[in-house]
Amino acid sequence: MSDVTPEERMAITASRLLDDHRVVFAGVGMPLLASGLARRRQAPHLTIVLEGGIIGTRLHPGQLPISTNEMRAAYGAPMLTDISDIFLYAQRGFFDYGFLGAAQVDRYGNINTSFIGDPDSPKVRLPGSGGAADIICLCREIFIVTSHERRRFVDTVDFVTSPGYLTGGESRRAAGLTSGQPAAVVTDLALLDFEPQTKEMRLRQVQPGVSVAEVQAATGFPLLLGEEITELAEPSAVELEMLRELSGEGPAGPRAGAA
Amino acid sequence: MTVSAAQPGSVPPVTHRLVADKLVTAREAVLLVRDGDHIAIGGTLYSRTPMALLFELLRTGRTGLTLSRPLACHETELFLACGAAERIVTSWVGIGLRWGLSPVLRHYVENGLASYDEWSHLALGLRYKAAAMGVPFLPTRTMLGSGLADRTGTQRVSCPYTGEELLAVPALAPDVTILHAHRADVYGNVQVDGYRHMDVDMARAARRVIVSAEEIVAPEVIEAAPGSTMLPHFTVDAVVEAPFGSYPHECYGRYEADFRHFDDYVALLREHGPDGARRYVDRNVLGQADFAGFLETAGAGRLDELTRAAQELTSRAGNTT
Repeated sequence: MSDVTPEERMAITASRLLDDHRVVFAGVGMPLLASGLARRRQAPHLTIVLEGGIIGTRLHPGQLPISTNEMRAAYGAPMLTDISDIFLYAQRGFFDYGFLGAAQVDRYGNINTSFIGDPDSPKVRLPGSGGAADIICLCREIFIVTSHERRRFVDTVDFVTSPGYLTGGESRRAAGLTSGQPAAVVTDLALLDFEPQTKEMRLRQVQPGVSVAEVQAATGFPLLLGEEITELAEPSAVELEMLRELSGEGPAGPRAGAA
Repeated sequence: MTVSAAQPGSVPPVTHRLVADKLVTAREAVLLVRDGDHIAIGGTLYSRTPMALLFELLRTGRTGLTLSRPLACHETELFLACGAAERIVTSWVGIGLRWGLSPVLRHYVENGLASYDEWSHLALGLRYKAAAMGVPFLPTRTMLGSGLADRTGTQRVSCPYTGEELLAVPALAPDVTILHAHRADVYGNVQVDGYRHMDVDMARAARRVIVSAEEIVAPEVIEAAPGSTMLPHFTVDAVVEAPFGSYPHECYGRYEADFRHFDDYVALLREHGPDGARRYVDRNVLGQADFAGFLETAGAGRLDELTRAAQELTSRAGNTT
């Protein structure tokens, strides 16, 4: 299917990583789409948690929230709590998966969403962590979802907003981050993981029709290659249809006045 | 041991409050704020922001304020652009991804005109919670190993029982917490529907607390649903009646946020840069007699639309996945 957008490709690739009967800490945008799609397809008992304090949101197709704190984020949820409390569930260890985006991500999965350039005199002051630093510190398996561009995939991030494997090896554990770990990086070009010993980012699969050289060219550091690089399955017609209905690209339109 | 107010982790004693009628106007309530105060703003991003009170605070011309909030939205930009606030303490600034990076934040912080102390969402929540609990810090695993911990100078602590290394986030006690609720009685018993955000902790942490409410109700109405009460009277200094008091932000179950209003605001910023936020204040705050005047510019029809949308969303009926 040639009309699949890069965003749809990422959401579908990410959704396949989610198993049934798990709890996922999602954010708005792609993570929510991926989680919602998984619930509709292979994981009907997936519990979606949002940082506004929502446990078990069911999503209103075509009316997805833009903020995790607005009332449409709570659609059909059996429980609402406060913000600190939802993160304390994470700290206790209840959340299996956590999703993150990234303005910059480095070879050890450290994420920067705070500063471009020198933090003391930044070229760009980005919005900040929000709950990202908490999610990467406290959820069990972390999935980083972002478009694959050289300016994003950098050798060393300008600032560690959200700590991945820090300087690799055992450094994450040594910093006191003993519960969770970055597990995968999902992009419009590839699916990557982290080498178990060194914790360096490693290419595992490419999106259909993408070459290893293309992935490397879009990465600002030398990519570790898995033993056998296979191609990810094309989005199926069912996946695309479910995703588009959810996002409002299908029959139900998005919120009026969209920018 | 005595601790100075400037010391990280210091928590002031609570204010003694009477069981008395605390109903005042927004104009009277914001007199509790002084130049240089740290103001915690209730709600989160564009949800249950105490906009009627904040507009009134902008009108006073207070300066040197520090603003803290879980996620800061366009209200915080207005305080930066008017020179009212010089420091913000939060985890995120913007309206939402669809409206792009905040040009106001960029202008003030990149040029050193204001500072932005960035904490993770939970770390900020635990800072309010520590103060709300009356302790100088809380231990946590979040933010360990991050640049945020280094940059804020947050110290580690060793557990005296297990020896585990944890981050010790210092208590954050606002001078004044300002929040908006669904209903309150004149004594300051406060109820909300839906999310509580970080309101309870930031109120219990603060020296002074101002609450606006969609409705002022009789004590019997509060007593009929005590489980919905999030703050008791002895935590509250002033109560203000403010229907649509979060507009153009949302109030759970009452009215949705007005995205068209955000689009217009962002268009002003695109045209005039950070000065667009000052123009916004001139038009919507200083150019109106009061918050009711601002609401009139939105139009009753628009407020009805947002109300209907909220009712539909929270009625729990319909097509869900």
